[in-house]
Amino acid sequence: MAEIRVENLRKTFGDFVAVADSSFTIDDGDFFVMLGPSGCGKTTTLRMIAGLELPSSGAIYLGGEDVTFNRASQRDIAFVFQLFALYPHMNVRQNIGFPLKCIGRPRSEIRERVEETARLLRIDHLLNKSVSGLAGGDRQRVALGRAIVRRPMAFLMDEPLGTLDAEFRDLMCEELRLLHDRIDATTVYVTHDQLEAMSMADKIAVMNKGYVEQFGAPQEIYDRPATMFVAEFIGSPPMNFLRFHGAVAKGAAAVRMDATEVILPVLREDRPEGELALGVRPEHIRFDDASGLRGEVFEAEYLGTNQIVTVETGQGMVKARLRADTRVSAGETVGLSFLSERLSLFDVSSGRAIQTALYDGGRHG
Amino acid sequence: MSASTAHSVVDAKPWTRHLSSALVILYALITILPLVWIFMTGFKTPQDSISYPPKVVFEPSLEGYVNLFTTRSRQTPEYMATLPPPDNWAEALVRDRNMVIAGPSKFGERFLNSVIIGFGSTFLSVFLGTLAAYAFSRFKIPLKDDLMFFILSTRMMPPIAVAIPIFLMYRSVGLSDTHLGMILLYTAVNISLAVWLLKGFIDEIPLEYEEAALIDGYSRLQAFIKVVLPQAATGIAATAIFCLIFSWNEYAFALLLTSGTAQTAPPFIPTIIGEGGLDWPAVAAGATLFLIPIVAFTILLRKHLLRGITFGAVRK
Repeated sequence: MAEIRVENLRKTFGDFVAVADSSFTIDDGDFFVMLGPSGCGKTTTLRMIAGLELPSSGAIYLGGEDVTFNRASQRDIAFVFQLFALYPHMNVRQNIGFPLKCIGRPRSEIRERVEETARLLRIDHLLNKSVSGLAGGDRQRVALGRAIVRRPMAFLMDEPLGTLDAEFRDLMCEELRLLHDRIDATTVYVTHDQLEAMSMADKIAVMNKGYVEQFGAPQEIYDRPATMFVAEFIGSPPMNFLRFHGAVAKGAAAVRMDATEVILPVLREDRPEGELALGVRPEHIRFDDASGLRGEVFEAEYLGTNQIVTVETGQGMVKARLRADTRVSAGETVGLSFLSERLSLFDVSSGRAIQTALYDGGRHG
Repeated sequence: MSASTAHSVVDAKPWTRHLSSALVILYALITILPLVWIFMTGFKTPQDSISYPPKVVFEPSLEGYVNLFTTRSRQTPEYMATLPPPDNWAEALVRDRNMVIAGPSKFGERFLNSVIIGFGSTFLSVFLGTLAAYAFSRFKIPLKDDLMFFILSTRMMPPIAVAIPIFLMYRSVGLSDTHLGMILLYTAVNISLAVWLLKGFIDEIPLEYEEAALIDGYSRLQAFIKVVLPQAATGIAATAIFCLIFSWNEYAFALLLTSGTAQTAPPFIPTIIGEGGLDWPAVAAGATLFLIPIVAFTILLRKHLLRGITFGAVRK
């Protein structure tokens, strides 16, 4: 097990910048998730850590050792592929035992460790089956088995649940996390699915267009998004942005939006006049007839335990997550009030969050 | 299977199926008829083979096969009378026609040449083709598309168009009428087909398999041998059949470039002359035997061939 450190990692394909100067440290034993839309550079970063791609510049340290230009086989890592990459001409036992065979372990040891791994993953009854006949979840377990059988320093996983159907995915999410807790291995996991990321990760790096937008614990990323991209990418429905024109000063605790005063955490920096956006999570909105911020209900989406109500305001559409028993009807005019201490403020031109008391003590990507 | 009359896009209507079966059977008959005719002619006597109207029912004779494998000399009846009784059935058959067996013919040798050259060039084409196709499929190669086109372009003219230059070239470097010369020539012709076919097959094998093997500790070569080759087996088998069919049947170059030691069966068979012109039963016997290896090879790899042709049509 080892810490993984990535320093100023950069990868370009011709003129295209796939990964732009990423730096982060994954602590020993962490379950680390790289999250982002397709083409954001997360898979390329993973492949560089694995040694399947060489970086254009920068360095990768695995357990303190510089492995930037080492071959994949010299890095002591295991990789779980999106399509599992189980060898179709081998059965389950041979597939799991393959990494041990590659490094020339004696047959009796391979047998023993394969069976131990299979028991851990509860696929010991499948050992002599052909991999082509397996169900998706079992294939996934075999792929995991092949990864953990060698007990490498780190596991790298490239959207390993991407091809499973939703039901299996939830189950495997849970199993993966349990497995991680049991063997406590440093894991780097790539996905575009925020639910997978939020439910499994110790730390998340949200990537966009080759940049790491934010690095932090799931809760920190959700509560204190460093950029508008992160705020919008995480959460469903995403964070609402109420855009307005104005200037803010350090020490202020409110902004003026049209005629309404909105209270928010104390600002820690000045921002000259420009486009600003107030960031509000849907669950931090309440209907309040006394509020000066008014809008017309556009639609309501009933979800059982709660409902998502879309309100058209002067600042654009706002989605609120309300109790399911709140009565709303389309066309109705309502007042909106926000949970002040959970609001974020963004500078629209740079997309970055303006520092407030909410962000105190947080780390930013 | 209820009373539903809904139109199915999968199950053909009965008459469509009957029609398609009929067409397939008709095509099979048309294709197989010459082969049946050759097979039958091989067991006819020379007189029967050229009788008109052709005889469908006849008394089978092994004369064609005996003539194929032997050289014979005609003797006077006086001389024949002095000979001891024939010691085997072939000798007896020949003596009926006032001849004696003078020795074995060259057919065995020529057949062996065909085997050596056919399988040798097939092996070499597939071996080189697989390596080249792997490189083209997996690595960044400068001018890759141009190189692939260049390889294909070697098939764009009829091979015989370059026959004279090759003939002169081979004569000057001493490759005329050698096994090596013919193997190299057929390999050169086959390799474009092999590279193109195999590149298609290897492209279909996900890169992840090799990457997994590389991470697990195999070298690139080990990953190629242990992971890529087993999965490309189908494609390799299909390619091997196509290559073998070409080099086995090739006639024009063999006629031009070989005359003795390295002559293959195709140019040899038509030269079998019997009394009073071509000995059709012997020619037919030679053709029948010549068909056997390639039919056997194809049947052996039939499963792969069928998968090979439809490979890639459906995403697995």
